[in-house]
Amino acid sequence: MRTGTFLIAAALVGLAIVVLTRIFFTNEYFFFAAYVVLQYIVLSTAWNILGGYTGYINFGTGAFFAIGAYSSAVLHKLPALLKTFDILIPAVPLPVMIVVGGIVSGIVGLGTGYLTLRLRGVFFAIATLALSVVVQTLIVNWDYVGGSRGIYIIRPAQAPLGGGYIQYLYTLMMALSVISVCIARWIERSRLGLGFAAIRDDELAAEAGGVPTLRLKLIATTLSGALMGMAGAPLPYYVTYLDPGSSFNLAYAVNSVAMPVIGGMTSWVGPIIGAVILGTIQQLATVTISSALNLLIVGVLLILFVIIAPNGIMGLISARQRRRAAIIEAAVQQRQAAA
Amino acid sequence: MVSLDLLINAIVAGILLGGFYAAVTVGITISFGMLDIANIAQPAFILLGSYAAYIITYYVPVDPLVVGFLMLPVFYVIGMAVYRLYYYSFELRGEQSIQGLAFFFGLLFVAEVSLVLVFGVDYRFVEAPYIGPSLHLGIIDLPLRMLIPCLVSLVMIAVLQLYLSRSFIGRAILAVSQDGLALQLMAASPTRIKQIAFGISVATCSLAGTFLIIIQPVEPSIGRDYIGRIFAICVLGGMTSFPGMVAAALLIGIVESITATFYGPSWAPAVAFGFLLITLAVRPAGLAGR
Repeated sequence: MRTGTFLIAAALVGLAIVVLTRIFFTNEYFFFAAYVVLQYIVLSTAWNILGGYTGYINFGTGAFFAIGAYSSAVLHKLPALLKTFDILIPAVPLPVMIVVGGIVSGIVGLGTGYLTLRLRGVFFAIATLALSVVVQTLIVNWDYVGGSRGIYIIRPAQAPLGGGYIQYLYTLMMALSVISVCIARWIERSRLGLGFAAIRDDELAAEAGGVPTLRLKLIATTLSGALMGMAGAPLPYYVTYLDPGSSFNLAYAVNSVAMPVIGGMTSWVGPIIGAVILGTIQQLATVTISSALNLLIVGVLLILFVIIAPNGIMGLISARQRRRAAIIEAAVQQRQAAA
Repeated sequence: MVSLDLLINAIVAGILLGGFYAAVTVGITISFGMLDIANIAQPAFILLGSYAAYIITYYVPVDPLVVGFLMLPVFYVIGMAVYRLYYYSFELRGEQSIQGLAFFFGLLFVAEVSLVLVFGVDYRFVEAPYIGPSLHLGIIDLPLRMLIPCLVSLVMIAVLQLYLSRSFIGRAILAVSQDGLALQLMAASPTRIKQIAFGISVATCSLAGTFLIIIQPVEPSIGRDYIGRIFAICVLGGMTSFPGMVAAALLIGIVESITATFYGPSWAPAVAFGFLLITLAVRPAGLAGR
């Protein structure tokens, strides 16, 4: 399928799901839960653009995600701040916040990549892990967005597109999921994706073969960071109370690593499978058991999958297909030999 | 005008803190620097050491440091077991970089969540006669809860340095960090040597964890703050060299202490990361790099 056709198909599927769920589900909780699953589709797809395609592990999802969320918080307070200088601007609409959050996170991604990507991949991973500590330190010390106390965000009284505000957030997150999945699939099939795969398989050989590795890696960190920021931008309106402890939660980083690893890192389908399965399990476990235990499930699944099935569910499926094909092949040969 | 007393005391506190940081980092210098295993779960093992000291001193009236020493063999065995698992799952398949990192990350997270489930998120602390009082040398304050971990830590590192440079196994560990294949040709198994070395690197967490809970109350998520610090010190110190690592630990300790004194403790965590980024960007070989 060509990228344009896929984009239209994905958009139609997303639209159909949104319309159908908004008709059939009247319980608001469904949208609260579905929003989180969709958010994880965006996060794990974004993570996979860097982690799965180029092989650079990012443990700082929480930082990029929180940067998106806090840039929204700043934009939310901006009209009130400008009013003190007698500049009147209307409240910033959420889609604009998403774009701004994406740009800010993308720039941070570019900067991190520029400082660390010249070195071995392990250093990049460690630097991203430390990045979340530093960004959190900055936010904790920034009084304008509430510091460590956190900040209350009041949702607008009316939601566009009809329905409640949570339905609006859910619809926006669906749109973001469609966009990020389309970007991931497009990368996979373009020259960019070939370059990424070359870096993943052997960076030195790729560099020697004329692949502009540093530039490609910077594109990957920027794109991946930007999508994570976009996923975080609606967060203040979702939780209505934003604080550093919850927005930098390590759970975001673990989930966005675990989901592609469990689903399969080599194609755009893997992160979706991982996000839907793990996201749904966690939502169910949070309601029925406890929220600490569901994080334990994610961690244990991550360890089990990297040890037993490093290529994830997609890898298991394709291995099964290969085995089946081999069995059929053998049977055909046997029959030919008998005849 | 910066008060001289304050500055001197900040530097002294930084040196004591740096001695403790050296104990926290020595394990990573062995596992990451020498064995090339990026064990980002090291802070989780350190916290495990802290909680072991907490739970044992809670039931048995012994000194936490004694517990730290007694638990060394237990942590050594845990480390060997983790290396076995790592070896069979990743090194043998040649997939150590990405999957191995994800494995240790998962381990870090599982350990943290398990500690939360068992002990809750309350701060835990230990009791010992040297927690509280300070030595006063003129204008300089030496809190014993910082001084004793710092001294024990430096002794531990000196012992490890002697072990590595004098004993057969120690030299084999240094050899495996330089050339595993050559070691194999000398009829020593690199896997066995690495297993011992990794065991030692995790064993140091028993003492480092005890120091941590002596210095400050502990809760499950503080381990994360140490990841940036540990790796910053290890890289800054030149990856494999103990003296370089101690110098880097003292440097970071002093800078953090001065930052905390003059700008407020909430800024201190950013210092190590700033150092890490600058080191990686400007001088990846570290202070004592070859």
